[in-house]
Amino acid sequence: MILIGELSLWVALLMATWGTTVGFAGGFSRRAELIASAERASYATFGFLALAAVGLWTALLRSDFSFRYVASYTSANLPSIYKFTAFWAGQSGSLLLWAFILSGYSAIAVYTNRSRNRELMPYVTATLSAITLFFVMTLCFGSNPYERLDWIPPDGTGLNPQLQNPGMAIHPPNLYLGYIGTAIPFAFAIAALITRKLDAGWLSAVRRWTLISWFFNTTGIILGMWWAYVELGWGGYWAWDPVENASFLPWLVNTAFLHSIMVQEKRGMLRKWNVTLVVSAFLLAIFGTFITRSGVISSVHSFAQSSVGYWFLGFLVIAFAITVYLVSTRLHDLESKAELESLVSREASFLFNNLLLVGIAFAVLWGTLFPILSEAVTNNKITVGPPFFDKVNIPLGLTLLALTGIGPLIAWRRASLANLKRQFTAPVLAGITTGAALLAVGMRDVPALIAYTLCGFVTGTIVQEFWKGVGARRRMYKENPVTALLRLVARNRRRYGGYIVHVGIVILFAAFAGLAFKEEFDVTLKGGDTYEATDPYGNQWRFVSQGVSRYEELNRQTTAVLLDAYRNGKQVGVIKTEKRQYTDSRGVPTFQPATEVGIMEGVRQDVYVVLAGVTGEDTAEMRITFNPLVWWVWYGGMIMAVGGLIVMWPQAERRRAQAGYSTVLQPATHT
Amino acid sequence: MKPRTKFLIGGAVILGVAAYLMATSIRQTGVYYLTPTELSTKIAADPSFYETGVKVGARVVPGSIVRDASGRSMTFSVTDGARVYPVTYRGLPPDTFTDGVDVVLEGRLAHDGTFRATTVLAKCASRYENAPEKYRSTPGYTAATAPSHS
Repeated sequence: MILIGELSLWVALLMATWGTTVGFAGGFSRRAELIASAERASYATFGFLALAAVGLWTALLRSDFSFRYVASYTSANLPSIYKFTAFWAGQSGSLLLWAFILSGYSAIAVYTNRSRNRELMPYVTATLSAITLFFVMTLCFGSNPYERLDWIPPDGTGLNPQLQNPGMAIHPPNLYLGYIGTAIPFAFAIAALITRKLDAGWLSAVRRWTLISWFFNTTGIILGMWWAYVELGWGGYWAWDPVENASFLPWLVNTAFLHSIMVQEKRGMLRKWNVTLVVSAFLLAIFGTFITRSGVISSVHSFAQSSVGYWFLGFLVIAFAITVYLVSTRLHDLESKAELESLVSREASFLFNNLLLVGIAFAVLWGTLFPILSEAVTNNKITVGPPFFDKVNIPLGLTLLALTGIGPLIAWRRASLANLKRQFTAPVLAGITTGAALLAVGMRDVPALIAYTLCGFVTGTIVQEFWKGVGARRRMYKENPVTALLRLVARNRRRYGGYIVHVGIVILFAAFAGLAFKEEFDVTLKGGDTYEATDPYGNQWRFVSQGVSRYEELNRQTTAVLLDAYRNGKQVGVIKTEKRQYTDSRGVPTFQPATEVGIMEGVRQDVYVVLAGVTGEDTAEMRITFNPLVWWVWYGGMIMAVGGLIVMWPQAERRRAQAGYSTVLQPATHT
Repeated sequence: MKPRTKFLIGGAVILGVAAYLMATSIRQTGVYYLTPTELSTKIAADPSFYETGVKVGARVVPGSIVRDASGRSMTFSVTDGARVYPVTYRGLPPDTFTDGVDVVLEGRLAHDGTFRATTVLAKCASRYENAPEKYRSTPGYTAATAPSHS
């Protein structure tokens, strides 16, 4: 099986080459048999890459240490689940996963479009084959997962303990599914540009794929944050590290596109802009891979840095050049079909939303690249850190949050004063009430107060939208409120799914603002000792150490400290924090000791305990942190994902095609 | 005024504010990223670099780490092969911090020539992977292969 996998990789190389050549040839010559052959090649590439992936999985699960990859990332005593996920622990495995997912996406795109978008498909197929070809070439010649060692180690060197975590097991595939999802819209954009079929047709094909990409990008980022929070032990979940930024950039651009596409659908505007966004999302995904794999920007994330980064740079330059050429020669075909009628209109609010999202993306890109840029210009490498990103992005982000509340309240084309008054009263009151209430209970942090006021406002908007929608259904169809709510969402998935995503966004902003109130204590406790602290809400906490215990587990030696936690005199839980020394199957230590953070999760705050070290027999050095509202980051993320799923759900598309885009249920905004 | 013009003005305001924020915060928060050699050159040219916040990228000199028993403060040396600086650090080092790793230090150089780090970021030298070659020198490997040699 392993041998079959290895050979399949090379067959996939041939298939992708064939698909690229025949696809473009078929497109230009319009010969049906060539086009059909290219499409079959894309299925075949998927099949062979699947075999290649199964081959690597087999090697990993069988612990065949003659392969460098297996010996480098696993050991015989590694739990099977982590042998399985070690597939993407290293570079060449990750690349194989990329190629495999990409070919799978391509096959799905080719299949679902077998009787649609036929003029575009030859070029879509060929472009996707070309991208796949690039990955398979990188695999075959740059970083081959099937590379063998010239000796067979008795055991592998194990998986880094930081990667032995459920979050880390699924974070990379999610992020890759998101990253690679941008390739399909890119291929459609290229095809539409080549054929000059730049009407709305290609956009509807692209929207679904952008959503898929956005969905996985979102879950991937949230999982990555969760992993950093529970595993790395520095108490936060986002540090504006280049690698984090690289995952955030396509997300911002995809989000901008998902809003601006509505303007094109409704009003025929923003055509150039939308093509640019679609293409940028893909190029940024490739760019992100380049900066993380090449080591041109120093990042705390320690990915293997190798020549593979430069393969990506070459690919990026070529893709960029082709795109710029195609867009610049087709500007005429992308002329807007309508003019902006009023600044107080839905489309104007979308335009501002796009400017802000792209502005944030630009600031993030600028900050990430600043060390390189400053070195090129002034010969001094100057870095910017979290303060830079916070200073720029907090004002922009809060403005964007305000727009999240404003946009849905304004009518398309031109809003009347009466419309504005009717729509804005309740949400604005909700915002002011929230802010005033927090001020009254003693909150004095200005950015946080602004953030919570805006959260209140946006929540007001969303509730009002649902309220009006449900009310309209109750009057019109005499439904009970629950049925009305469910049908409202089911019949207008795009709109109300979008609002559910906004609910997630509000929760995330509220949770981010909570970090302003974080409290940290360095604590030294012997067994039986007590430490007292006050949390940001003013509760009295008492932590009593049960002492230090040492024991062996599965594939590690553990030093653990148990703390009894009392809030206002009542015991609320026991927190366990550990240091782990992982060992291989012979008991030889692998890697440095790893910290296992003790977290007592809560709706109001997490109590986060890191074991810094143990002195003597029984004295633990710890850092105890009260992290307000972190729990909400994960649940806000989940709500965003659910909203995304509702929007994506296929049925919505068919229904809308039959009924026209929700004409009945938007009386308030469509006056 | 046409709505389009109004929008362009609005857009220009947003982009202008964004650009202003970026420019000012780079001036306020940007710090030099230097190697030990570059740091010593800068210091020689301009003594005001003492006690100025900088970032230093270097490698931890193997064997130089002296951890305080509490695990909360430590001293070690870093080098880029040419210049060595002693470092003091109070705080929790990341798990990946160990002999010979590449680190990025944030902090300031004191007049006595010690670098007082406020943040230590460590890059795992083994890049989330242990080199299988390293395994050959471990006791486990020697023990496992000894019988086959005799």
